[in-house]
Amino acid sequence: MATLLEVRALKTHFFTQAGVVKAVDGVSYDLEEGETLGLVGESGCGKSVSALSIMRLIPDPPGKTVGGEVIFDGQDLLKLPDSQMRRVRGKQISMVFQEPMTSLNPVLSIGRQLTESLELHLGMSKTEARREAVRRLAQVGIPDPERRLKQFPHQFSGGMRQRVMIAMALSCNPKLIIADEPTTALDVTIQAQILELMKHLSREYGVSLIIITHNLGVVARYADRVNIMYAGKIIERGTARDIYRHPSHPYTLGLLHSVPRLDLPRKEKLDPVEGQPPDLMNLPAGCAFRERCRFAIERCAEEIPPLQSVSAGHFSACFASATLVSRAQEHGA
Amino acid sequence: MKAVERTQNKPGDNVLIEVKHLKMYFPVTSGILVQRAVGYIKAVDDVSFFVRRGETLGLVGESGCGKTTTGRCILQLYRPTAGTVLFDGKDLCSVPGRELRGIRRQMQVIFQDPYSSLDPRMTAGNIIGEPLIVHGLSRDRREYRERVAELLSLVGLNTYMADRFPHEFSGGQRQRIGVARALAVNPQFIVCDEPVSALDVSIQAQIINLLEELQEKFDLTYLFIAHDLSVVRHISDRVAVMYLGHIVEIAERNEIYANPLHPYTEALLSAVPIPDPITDAQRERILLTGEVPSPLNPPRGCVFHPRCWMATKECQEVIPELREVQTGHWVACLHVPGYGSPESVP
Repeated sequence: MATLLEVRALKTHFFTQAGVVKAVDGVSYDLEEGETLGLVGESGCGKSVSALSIMRLIPDPPGKTVGGEVIFDGQDLLKLPDSQMRRVRGKQISMVFQEPMTSLNPVLSIGRQLTESLELHLGMSKTEARREAVRRLAQVGIPDPERRLKQFPHQFSGGMRQRVMIAMALSCNPKLIIADEPTTALDVTIQAQILELMKHLSREYGVSLIIITHNLGVVARYADRVNIMYAGKIIERGTARDIYRHPSHPYTLGLLHSVPRLDLPRKEKLDPVEGQPPDLMNLPAGCAFRERCRFAIERCAEEIPPLQSVSAGHFSACFASATLVSRAQEHGA
Repeated sequence: MKAVERTQNKPGDNVLIEVKHLKMYFPVTSGILVQRAVGYIKAVDDVSFFVRRGETLGLVGESGCGKTTTGRCILQLYRPTAGTVLFDGKDLCSVPGRELRGIRRQMQVIFQDPYSSLDPRMTAGNIIGEPLIVHGLSRDRREYRERVAELLSLVGLNTYMADRFPHEFSGGQRQRIGVARALAVNPQFIVCDEPVSALDVSIQAQIINLLEELQEKFDLTYLFIAHDLSVVRHISDRVAVMYLGHIVEIAERNEIYANPLHPYTEALLSAVPIPDPITDAQRERILLTGEVPSPLNPPRGCVFHPRCWMATKECQEVIPELREVQTGHWVACLHVPGYGSPESVP
């Protein structure tokens, strides 16, 4: 399969009065056509900012993408003039946001919000666009789409709004959909419906997906490959199977061990990652995870560990990754 | 209903909280000068359960199912429409407001959102110390300060943090302040209303461990309200599942997760994704169609029947009551083996 998106050494910094926040600091990954990539991390790790940087939606000032390349379909998005970038957004790459309550315009009907991009990007007439909008709503499983088209966002439930968002994202047949915490605001049974829908649509139309989430379970079920982010950097990358069966970074290991799991016997005590995530304005020298890490050695304070291969297609940014793998195997985890 | 009364009043049971036929209806009004109720939102509709001393009862369900309302009714933050809430044998629903304040020393609450549940203009020390002043629990300034310092270190915060304001703390630390505030008055019972769902994964485990340590130390009783089924399994001794204002199943923790009887519990459990792609792929998944109906106009009969794959015509007519089908395992579904025939509905 061909590579659709290549992100190279992406750096997005926020210049605030208090100092420079390095929200995304040298992130590189690629995405194949039709692939689903999971971008996992805790709040403030830079996962959303890295996605917004691809779309060039970072508010400037204070934010600025200060380095790197985003090669999408052969062209560097960061070098495109604004007028051309507008043709990429919504047409070739579209986004599904976390809060379906706030990301829809409350004073426009659902129909208007769906037809807007169809008329703009695909040059459809009003009636064509309307027909297409009805088709899209039906496709994402909204009953009675003709009537629903005239309604406003407040008349939809959370799950239904997220379906509308997905219909909007799909409307121009994009090659890539970036979903930023698409189900965090939804209940589990609705979450399952929405994720199944997204996965089904991606399979059927060959759309690539980037799912940004903090929920390790969601990623395990739906992603082909996974990037784990911490303090603005990717600290581990691999197939979902690699990441979950052979976690090779202490942070990934910590995340997996700290969540109670339904499939394993109940533990007497949970094993949390101690401490707090670091302040992105004053990152410590060396590895950003060092202070919370139980495997830290002296070298971790001096150098930033580079992302290195642990096995084919599996990378970890940890000096101790080799021993971690064996330790994890010993414990059978 | 007979069956419900039987086990709930089982002699020798060390019951701290007993809720019987609790109903909380919120009126929906219309009219400008004269407001008339045009309908009722049945947030909690005939719910009965008990919590034993020192145990954690997990209350799970999706948003809008009435789990938070149930918690607030127990604390009398809402005065229930009908039913009784017995706290240590005393019916709280008939206690007048002024007397309630004294009783509230025994029952506290930890809220979901550590950002909006702390007053941004108060220091952490004042937030934690306020209950001491309200209930007159410290004799002088020194004792007050010592108690605040003690509470701070109890929840794993440094005593010098007492002078800081909420915005200077991270989400996990704020939740610790919320826990310290609840503990200030030495309560017996704490309603934990989604205490970890707003926190990051690596921080959630810290708070859960803290809650468990404190429970052991002070012999606390928890009602743990959450929508995350894996967290609830970890912390609870028994689990109650709510759907649209009704409790559909209650059982011991291991029993309900290993042997869910109600179709809704089954679907809910199968919807939880597991952080392991291989195990997850092997699980059977039940994808519920549709969404939770509006509590303003709940379906007739069993409230779950429009989304249930086992529903029959009978389900549309009969409201199944909660019955004990195995020892300690209660379920409200006509199609569970051993449930028996439904009572005729008036």
